Amino acid sequence: MNAIAETAAVEAAPTTTFGNTVMDCQVQKIFYGDFLAVRDSHLPIEKNKIIGFIGPSGCGKSTVLRSLNRMNDLIPVFRFEGKVTYHGQDIYDKKVDPVVVRRYIGMVFQQPNPFSMSIYDNVAFGLRLNRFKGNMDERVEKALNGAALWNEVKDKLKNSGLSLSGGQQQRLCIARAIATEPDVLLMDEPCSALDPIATRKVEELMLELKENYTIAIVTHNMQQAMRVADTTAFMGVDISQGSRTGYLVEMGATQRIFEDPQEELTRKYVRGEFS
Amino acid sequence: MLGEPWHRIISITSTDPDRSPARHPGGDYALDRGFRGIAWTSAALILALVAYIIVEIGGKALPAIAEYGFGFLTSTTWNVQEGHFGILPEIWGTLYSSLLALILGGVFGITIAIFLTQDFLPSRLAVVFRTIIELLAAIPSVVFGLWGIYVLIPMLRPAANWLHEEFGVVPFFGTSLSGPGLAPAALVLAIMILPTVASISVDALRQIPYKVKEAAYGMGTTRWEAILKVMLPTAGSGILAALVLGFGRALGETMALAMLIGNSNQISLSLFAPANTLAALLASNFPEAGEVEVQALMYAALALLAITLVVNIVGLAAMKFATRKFEAER
Repeated sequence: MNAIAETAAVEAAPTTTFGNTVMDCQVQKIFYGDFLAVRDSHLPIEKNKIIGFIGPSGCGKSTVLRSLNRMNDLIPVFRFEGKVTYHGQDIYDKKVDPVVVRRYIGMVFQQPNPFSMSIYDNVAFGLRLNRFKGNMDERVEKALNGAALWNEVKDKLKNSGLSLSGGQQQRLCIARAIATEPDVLLMDEPCSALDPIATRKVEELMLELKENYTIAIVTHNMQQAMRVADTTAFMGVDISQGSRTGYLVEMGATQRIFEDPQEELTRKYVRGEFS
Repeated sequence: MLGEPWHRIISITSTDPDRSPARHPGGDYALDRGFRGIAWTSAALILALVAYIIVEIGGKALPAIAEYGFGFLTSTTWNVQEGHFGILPEIWGTLYSSLLALILGGVFGITIAIFLTQDFLPSRLAVVFRTIIELLAAIPSVVFGLWGIYVLIPMLRPAANWLHEEFGVVPFFGTSLSGPGLAPAALVLAIMILPTVASISVDALRQIPYKVKEAAYGMGTTRWEAILKVMLPTAGSGILAALVLGFGRALGETMALAMLIGNSNQISLSLFAPANTLAALLASNFPEAGEVEVQALMYAALALLAITLVVNIVGLAAMKFATRKFEAER
């Protein structure tokens, strides 16, 4: 493991920058206190594509994802060195308000987390937050349709969001996130708390959503990455410095990552030799 | 036990003497039944006690109920010599002072709960703060009363009288504060219910899973938007419970009020007028009451009991409703 980790220096990692990049994430170092969680990873995120982050646990894939909309700022000891540009603007620039960043870059979490309010109010939450003045009903319906939930809930919009099943709750969270029409959607293992049927539905939904949104998804399910991601980023754990630091090993078209990985570590991971 | 053929021990908890657990070497089942018995007895005793109190007070009040009927609740005089008894001013004073205390104590209690749970303080400092607030609950009522008489009333008087002089047309400031009155009583009540409201609200806010907070910030809320639009509604039923319990406590509080409210039989909107509450009426009149007055006081006690009961039932119903509507699966 040590040797493999050392050979896979980041400079060697093939990262291609594509023309249509919405976000460009250039991590130099991410710290939690003194702990170096992620180092040197360059992840360009292309418009209207799904990028999947895979890798063994502790490789920092969630950390990187949560750095993309400054969710990690909630953790006081978190420190980010590097740059994340969103439409050319560095979101870690001092004059950028993280609250605004999060309004433009939506997020769906591992556990479904609807608010304890009605289904309607859950979806309308972001719109109200942004003082949306247009036709609220129309936008709520559109978002619920977009999340493939409308038909199941149209007759009970006043019921609590928490009265839905787990899979429906997660789609409600997706509806809540897309109601304000952010152009990037971050998903942190969105299916890990769902059963296979609900997972399938959310995956189908992601494929539909990418027409209008750019999606970054963290998953520890390689099959899921294969099914939905256009681009896959494989992250590994470097234990050579005596601690566990994540870094980008390899990134590329999903098919290539799974069928013809350039790095030995990637090859072993996608074969299921470690996890 | 396992040495015996299993069909001979079909039920190890059976009371059938042939297969009784008495033959069973372990004392577990006897202990089990014994504990269940104690638990049932305790529960039944509580019910019996409540029933006994109601029956006893009701029985003692019966002559007064027969004598004064419903008019007791709507009449405003309390004259022992002439045998006229009415508790409308006391009902008014009880509800008015408790409502004022609820508003003040509620606002402060919830604000403190937000302050203690929403990362405004390092967690260790928050624990210290919370302990101090809970210590308020340990101060005896009579001490609050003394503090009210010697500190609060003299402190309030200049401000109250200024308000009366400048804004006397407003009914709330319609009289001057000459000593004991509604305002100092309500303030002390507010302080007394503060620990109840604050600590139950703290628990309600603390029970909110981290993922809810994450969801709020993930939508791009500022800290205050997260607190006001997500955290407070999520803790809604718990905070409602805090307010109901606080209100219940305020309704029944006796000693401090008997010392501070002025024990005056009048109905006034003015915050500075002396008033009376049911509990204070009971406390101050019992020691020297004759037989007829005791019966009237029992009737008043029954009315206080009914008010607290109604408040608690309405509060519970509101909480049930809120929980069912918004927290379906929690």
